[in-house]
Amino acid sequence: MAELSRRLGGPIAALAVAAVAIWLVLLVALPDLLMIDYSLRPNLPPSEIGGPQDVHSLANYAVLWSNKIHLGIFFRTIWASSLVTVITLVVCYPVAFYLAKVAKPSNAALLVLLLIIPFWINEILRTFAWYIVLAYNGPLNRVLTGLGIMARPIRWYGTAGVMVGMVYAYILFMVFPLTNAMESLDRNQIDAARDLGASRWRIHRRIVIPHAKPGIATGCVMTFMLAAGSYAVPSLLGSPSSRWFTEIIYNWFFEGGNWNLGAAYAFLLLLLCIVFIAVMMRLFRVSLADIAR
Amino acid sequence: MSQGVTLDRVSMRFGSFTAVDDVSLDIRPGEFFSFLGPSGCGKTTILRLISGFSEPTSGQVLIGGKDMRGVGANKRPTAMIFQNLALFPLMSVAENIAFGLEVRGLSRTERRRKADELLDLIALPGIGDRAVAELSGGQRQRVAIARALAVEPTVLLLDEPLSALDLKLRQHMRTELRAIQKRTGVTFIYITHDQGEALTMSDRVAVMSQGRIEQVGAPQEIYESPETAFAAGFVGETNAFPGIVHAADSEMAVIDTKLGQLRARNCAGLSGGEAAVVFVRPERLLPADDGILVRVREKTFEGSFIRVVGEGQDGVPVVAQITNAGDLPDLRIGSETRLRFHPRQAVALRPAPHG
Repeated sequence: MAELSRRLGGPIAALAVAAVAIWLVLLVALPDLLMIDYSLRPNLPPSEIGGPQDVHSLANYAVLWSNKIHLGIFFRTIWASSLVTVITLVVCYPVAFYLAKVAKPSNAALLVLLLIIPFWINEILRTFAWYIVLAYNGPLNRVLTGLGIMARPIRWYGTAGVMVGMVYAYILFMVFPLTNAMESLDRNQIDAARDLGASRWRIHRRIVIPHAKPGIATGCVMTFMLAAGSYAVPSLLGSPSSRWFTEIIYNWFFEGGNWNLGAAYAFLLLLLCIVFIAVMMRLFRVSLADIAR
Repeated sequence: MSQGVTLDRVSMRFGSFTAVDDVSLDIRPGEFFSFLGPSGCGKTTILRLISGFSEPTSGQVLIGGKDMRGVGANKRPTAMIFQNLALFPLMSVAENIAFGLEVRGLSRTERRRKADELLDLIALPGIGDRAVAELSGGQRQRVAIARALAVEPTVLLLDEPLSALDLKLRQHMRTELRAIQKRTGVTFIYITHDQGEALTMSDRVAVMSQGRIEQVGAPQEIYESPETAFAAGFVGETNAFPGIVHAADSEMAVIDTKLGQLRARNCAGLSGGEAAVVFVRPERLLPADDGILVRVREKTFEGSFIRVVGEGQDGVPVVAQITNAGDLPDLRIGSETRLRFHPRQAVALRPAPHG
């Protein structure tokens, strides 16, 4: 603060700090606090709001545990998001390694550009594009049946569609942390391991992956959180059998008209995702400091 | 066990740039062999060709008589010590040393035993559980050597591994490296731009310039009888007196220089009328009653010797190192003195093709 006012002068510094404070309080803290408040109150008709029944309790948070269907969808969401994360990692790892350690700088720049350009288009539009590609009478099925790879078209909508759509949507969130982490690896380390007789697989297992672990963790956490909180992809490319937990939250808000329960579900999703990530980080021996690095 | 390395007409081109130009060479089993040259002369490229990180554009690399084309770095009987050592920072010292053994499928206890053995060899017992970051520069150096020796290579390749150390440690490591080489009997191939390192440690040295080998020989041989102007200038300090061959036979040549007619050994087969340079080491110039007339410009008293920088006829620079035998002449700055050398201790060579 003192540094800021020395650089900018008192009034401007005060203005900048005020702007940040207003932004944080009004647009971040307040809505969240409001939702917490909602989640702790019962859903009452307008006339009873503020009445004797309008008391804070954890009742809304208990609902999920007694609803077998919602609980099933919740765990399915966690499981499917984990799968999305793993597939995204598997797809992005070779790309990131190529970008960071194999490609000439000029080629790498071109490749990054090619990766980024599709993301200039809105996510919903890109998901619609997949909606068309994966349609029952769509181009993918036509090509695959036309080439004789499949006898008849497949229904892609559902789990397969959601996987494809999400892996595609989150590629950049995985590629960049991985590339960043790998770039700092000394090329000589790879050469030294190779010189000592290590196979390609062992070089990755013992040298590259341990070095890139913080990047891998960052990419996985981002992808997992985005996947678990995604709404557009599952609602467009999914099917009733692949319902996402976010769709249930949406329903509480906009179809059930029960904001209180919706807010409680949303916070449960957030909390349980954080717990899940914490457990995973402990399991893979990654610390928070690694990720912040 | 050790094996020899043969380079047979090896060339390496990167686009239009020739890094290694038609090099043929035999490195004997158990030898301490150095490639000496300025940076960019192709010595590191040669090391990478021997280790298998790259394949020559043309020619053959043979190790122990076997053609190595198509054999990857992980399959060759060589081990390399990198300039920055490239120790694995996320592994302990023992894991580093045993990495090559892990690759070969040795059990954990066996690996640990071998690592401890090697730590004894490099005189660092009991540090196996330390992290690499906790080690000093010299300790890291030795751990890198142990890691390379763990895979029992027949040829050890060293890429200027001492360049990051301070002077004192560097001198200590020279003796250490030489001792380890003697103890293990492994062929050492050493890359350096530091002539001191090359001369003190090596059995033989190859002097390189611009992708070509200028001369191969024992350190003393190269110092006493350089075969090219580059070798004469790069290895040790020397005076260069350019001129034209006045007369020459198979033994000696007489060169007309600005300092007058000088006699020197004719090692390059010079004949009359050719351009030539007479090379004389500073310590071979002696004060005399006749000889080259030199005006003293600078004088440094070093105790056991005195170093004189002067100017001959037409400003030709002359450096002399005169032993202090108790009868030093009076060499005041600005005064004139005469220096001479024995013709058998000077060589006449063709001038270097490029400057």
